[in-house]
Amino acid sequence: MLDRETNSVTIADPKVVCRNVSVSYSGKQALFDIDLDIGSHQVTSLIGPSGCGKSTFLRCMNRMNDVIDGCVVTGSISVDGAGILDDEIDAVQLRRRVGMVFQKPNPFPKSIYDNIAYGPRIHGLVRGKDELDEVVQTSLERAGLWEEVKDRLLQPGTGLSGGQQQRLCIARAIAVRPDVILMDEPCSALDPIATARVEELIDELKRSYSIVIVTHSMQQAARVSQRTAFFHLGILVEVGGTEQIFTNPRDERTQGYITGRYG
Amino acid sequence: MTDREHNTGIAVDAAEVKHARKRYRAERRFRMYGIAAIAAAAGMLALLVISIVATGWTAFYQHSIALDVTFEAKVIDPKGGRDPSVLARADYRKLARASLRELFPDVKKRGDKRKLYGLLSTGVDQQLAELVAADPSLISQTRRVEIYASDDVDSFLKGFIDREAPESDRRVKDKEIAWLDKLEAEDAITSHLNLRFWTKGDSREPELAGFWGAMVGSFFTLLVTLALSFPVGVLAATYLEEFAPKNRWTDIIEVNINNLAAVPSIVFGLLGLAVFLNFFGLPRSAPLVGGMVLALMTLPTIIIASRSALKAVPPSIREAAFGVGASELQVVTHHVIPLALPGILTGAIIGMARALGETAPLLMIGMVAFIVDIPGSVTDPATVMPVQIYLWADSPERAFVARTSAGVMALLGFLMLMNALAVILRKRFERRW
Amino acid sequence: MPNSDAHIVRSYSEELQNISALVAKMGGLAETILTDAITALVKRDADLSTQAIKADKRVDSLDAEIEYQVVRMLALRQPMAVDLRSIISALKIAQSLERIADHAKNGAKRALVINQSPPMDATRGIVRLSDVAREMLRSVLDAYVNSDAEGAVKVRDRDEDLDVLYDGYFRECLTYMMEDNRNITAATHLLFIAKNIERIGDHCTNIAENVYYMQTGERLSTARPKGEDAMGLKAE
Repeated sequence: MLDRETNSVTIADPKVVCRNVSVSYSGKQALFDIDLDIGSHQVTSLIGPSGCGKSTFLRCMNRMNDVIDGCVVTGSISVDGAGILDDEIDAVQLRRRVGMVFQKPNPFPKSIYDNIAYGPRIHGLVRGKDELDEVVQTSLERAGLWEEVKDRLLQPGTGLSGGQQQRLCIARAIAVRPDVILMDEPCSALDPIATARVEELIDELKRSYSIVIVTHSMQQAARVSQRTAFFHLGILVEVGGTEQIFTNPRDERTQGYITGRYG
Repeated sequence: MTDREHNTGIAVDAAEVKHARKRYRAERRFRMYGIAAIAAAAGMLALLVISIVATGWTAFYQHSIALDVTFEAKVIDPKGGRDPSVLARADYRKLARASLRELFPDVKKRGDKRKLYGLLSTGVDQQLAELVAADPSLISQTRRVEIYASDDVDSFLKGFIDREAPESDRRVKDKEIAWLDKLEAEDAITSHLNLRFWTKGDSREPELAGFWGAMVGSFFTLLVTLALSFPVGVLAATYLEEFAPKNRWTDIIEVNINNLAAVPSIVFGLLGLAVFLNFFGLPRSAPLVGGMVLALMTLPTIIIASRSALKAVPPSIREAAFGVGASELQVVTHHVIPLALPGILTGAIIGMARALGETAPLLMIGMVAFIVDIPGSVTDPATVMPVQIYLWADSPERAFVARTSAGVMALLGFLMLMNALAVILRKRFERRW
Repeated sequence: MPNSDAHIVRSYSEELQNISALVAKMGGLAETILTDAITALVKRDADLSTQAIKADKRVDSLDAEIEYQVVRMLALRQPMAVDLRSIISALKIAQSLERIADHAKNGAKRALVINQSPPMDATRGIVRLSDVAREMLRSVLDAYVNSDAEGAVKVRDRDEDLDVLYDGYFRECLTYMMEDNRNITAATHLLFIAKNIERIGDHCTNIAENVYYMQTGERLSTARPKGEDAMGLKAE
């Protein structure tokens, strides 16, 4: 079913609403007044050349920029209507609701079981081993990894292949039952088959979660997302339905980027 | 050099071949330099070890003279109460001398008798007292007891005193040699492992001197050092590396920690003397104070090593933990420190090994005293292994020369054990990420 | 030529330009065939007719070449946005040009037949029709080459004139046939030729719509202006 979103920043029933978001690193500004809505139960992709600020913007949504010294975030971001940039908001609880998957798969150097179990444990989401076992199994099933690892849950997570590791990281992220999953170039370190598996997974996951994915590959953004936002030099140039962006973008800069006329 | 390296068949022209040959020569030279360097280092090390072992191995065995000793009740326990304090203070020397007189009835002159008695170690009454204390039923019995020979006799029997040298140059005179030959003919001279070395404290007499007191003293001192420097060092490093803001102040602290690591150890001794002993009035010569001084000295090492280990944990692990919703404290305690543990432990053990060999600061706080008893706690006066070695090296007796080297061997053995422990711990905690 | 900015990968731009050039060449060839066919009819030149008929083969091979290049580029370059639209448009325009050349060729064939009979006045009407068609074809090819969306719209509107002319000619031919029975054969051929030309006009309109889509990404409104056709029915 084609999702013809209107070609605008705002949409109906957004999951995450960002207004006037600006980010600077030690005085140097990286993002300029970004207004963007993220839809729920769909995949939004952020594309743009290197250094355009898309990863920076992604990391604002779960306040991962807090751990970087000298990073200042202004503006307002709200998840389900609740603002998240105030100092009083507990970043730890936010990150439970807004999970993240990174470019290079980074499983903990623990067993597969412990990788998944770590999140629920520290957030106190489960009581007792049985419940924890169930959470681990469900997360691995939803990540499409259960069949492959169910006989070796106690082996280290780092012993899996690259694609499996990334799916493990996805399972780890969904084990804490987030609402939003942020993905920062999740397939750039994977071969085409592993990439296809992850993309299939994203397709399924969007039924339960809202997903934002940063990607360098326009083909991937085209395959995987329903809504696409093009960033350039720290500004949001254009946002709209994915098919519209890739068949008939409104802005010259967007067209120039996606047809490979300039980087 | 394999043939493969010399096969320049793939080269295009003669200039390239010449160039390649030059390269082979340079590589060969480099290899030679490397081997020479290793040979020099290994050679020096071998020289050191061989000279120490050659001097020290004789200290590990000792000669005794076997005598039939009659444990006369009226000398040991006249009142018959078997009171331990009475048993301990009895004049056992008298009994030993009686045995000697029996063996050599011709020795009449007082001077000669003194020399005869001098064949035995002065610790003979201690030795016999220990036997009786262990088994009071010995009283009124006659037993063949192996009594330690004096240090001069022991040296002679080991061949350090030359029989052929002129008598005035020898410490063991002809008469004594004659007696010893007689005893030897009667199979009364035995040699056995020197267990006293490993079980007793220091003594004026070399044949009675043991290293165990110093070992226990070192152990207690290191215990205090570890208990103080490890937690403080690791926590300081963790805070500085993970939590402290990066500003001028933390930079200053970092520079100062690095400087402290290079401060000569004797300065810490002076500090300990002034503050711990004079100001706080803590007991002199105690492992407690020694440990505190060494802890100050080891702290910078542990902090620097721990910081390195913490820095080496890849940021991707931290990000993953943050991403899943761990707090800063959880990230550090659940992920960073466990992964940095091998490095931290290695740094700690290296620091401990260095502290083990320190002498100067401990001299300053008075651990140079002559301690006979084995220390029982951290507040008892004690000495440490390197100091003990220093004291023995200072003594004039011939027998102490061997014991000094033996002490060095024991210290080196201890160090190797600690390094082995470091390797084992590091392997055990090592995790690949 | 769609979008003159060059791609970072130059060969990509070159390949796109190559396809455009092929389309332009095909268009020129179709124009020539049409002109030759009408001239052959008017001048009663059998050689010209034959030449025009032969030229249609070259048009067909160009069509095949364009189709091959388009499929190749889709597979190898995964074109997006304006590039994607221009490639798809090139494919469809080539198909329309192929049909135009076919119609022109058929006209040339019928000219051969007609010219075996004595000349007729009615042929003058054909020239008027063909002039409009040729003008449409030339304009739309110019619009394609210049990525001129407005020019394309003008061509689309011109089709209305052609339809009117066609209706008029249709009645003229019927008159000829009713005048003299011996004219029926020739007049019927002329009618068919006129129909071919009218179809050529329709194909030019298709090309115009594709040029408009290529340039703007949107479809021209589907209500094509159509005059009352000869049977008295108005288009819905």
